Amino acid sequence: MKKTVLYDHHVKLGAKMVEFAGFEMPIQYSSIKEEHHAVRHDAGLFDVSHMGEIKVIGEDATRFLDHVYTNNVNAMTANQILYGFFLYENGGVVDDLLVYKVNDEHYLLVVNASNTEKDYRWLLKQSDGFDVSIINASDEYSELALQGPKAEAMLQKHTDYALDSLKFFTFDDVQLENAEFLVSRTGYTGEDGFEIYGDHEAVKVLFKKLLLEHHDLKPCGLGARDTLRFEVALPLYGHEISETITPLEAGYKFAVKMDKGDFIGKDALQKQLEEGLTRRIVGLKILDKGIVREGADVYVGDEKVGHVTTGYLSPSLNKAVALALVDKPHDKRGTELSINVRKRFLKARVVKKKLYTK
Amino acid sequence: MKTPKELYYTESHEWVKIENGQAIFGITDFAQSELGEVVFVELPEESDEVTKGEEYATIESVKAASDINAPISGVIVEVNQELEDSPELINDDPYENWIVKIEIEDKSEVDDLLSAEDYEKLTK
Repeated sequence: MKKTVLYDHHVKLGAKMVEFAGFEMPIQYSSIKEEHHAVRHDAGLFDVSHMGEIKVIGEDATRFLDHVYTNNVNAMTANQILYGFFLYENGGVVDDLLVYKVNDEHYLLVVNASNTEKDYRWLLKQSDGFDVSIINASDEYSELALQGPKAEAMLQKHTDYALDSLKFFTFDDVQLENAEFLVSRTGYTGEDGFEIYGDHEAVKVLFKKLLLEHHDLKPCGLGARDTLRFEVALPLYGHEISETITPLEAGYKFAVKMDKGDFIGKDALQKQLEEGLTRRIVGLKILDKGIVREGADVYVGDEKVGHVTTGYLSPSLNKAVALALVDKPHDKRGTELSINVRKRFLKARVVKKKLYTK
Repeated sequence: MKTPKELYYTESHEWVKIENGQAIFGITDFAQSELGEVVFVELPEESDEVTKGEEYATIESVKAASDINAPISGVIVEVNQELEDSPELINDDPYENWIVKIEIEDKSEVDDLLSAEDYEKLTK
């Protein structure tokens, strides 16, 4: 199993380590709830070095990415970031990812750890006839996510770069302490914050320094990362989007540009749009006592109409809520559904997907 | 980790206290620490039958749901309703905060349980 450069440090901080996507990662340090609240109210620091980084370089880089990516790469400016998908011909999702534009002939793709190898091979396969080099650079980078309302003020203490000029979904080379990093104003928590990429040693030093100098900064594990992204309806591959759930069904049409020219999977999505969606990801508020989890079946009377894709007792709301893939017309807001949990059926109501709003 | 001497234990990290011919069930310090913060306990009802080795309650942490098994068989005579509103009591003190009391069906099943000493070896 792989370890990030911070492994020993996590153990020293008392983290509970688990296997995730082939890495030994911290699931929590003190408590998922406390870490969750730290990010919502102060700031949290995540080691996300397991994420994959793939470089696409070459004369045809822009044209190639527009062929494989759902969002409009040609319209990007340098230092901009776009969220979008790689799709199979049938509209199912290969992966969701961020594309960082360095210049017309150089892009950095940040992909899910569990999909890095798959994405890399898939990209190679699609690259026939394009003048591009595709490089799996995942082993070159370590990555931190500094997230929360205090993130900017904290990071500003470590650089002369005016961080307030770094806008949402842009990035730049930033000197932090005495090392160079790629810093982007992005995240997976619904809070303001940064994702920080650098070489292993530099990231290790920065992680320790940040925690040492900011007492209101908490180290956070994958447990809180999941509850945070869930509350604001950011999808997780294999749950809200997958090989069999399209971005349209997941409600991510804004990251799919149907008018930009051809891309892999476009025809299938076009067909889905013309025929109308048959199901959709919705939010659920659980009305009975209990918690529904991923995989629980959703019913209307005796009829199975969907399944839960993620479910928690939301730490921010202190209520049981869920995201679920539900057949139409039962996806309408206000609809009462029933969720099978072990031997019981819990009543639930369809609510908006973004379960938590500030 | 605390392991009170007067209790019996199972390999699946439940404890049993024998008192006035009845058995009281809970989960161990090790179990609560592994689970993390308990956010919900799905309790059985009085007069439900429980079977040795089978699930009788479910404890939910932030992350996941875990089945809690009956260490011995019997009929439930009392349920700790306090856990319904304050599930975190399990984390605060897993030995004080029991889950159910049962009327024991077969006293010889107690012999199959682990002593505190044996259980401690298991969790080392």
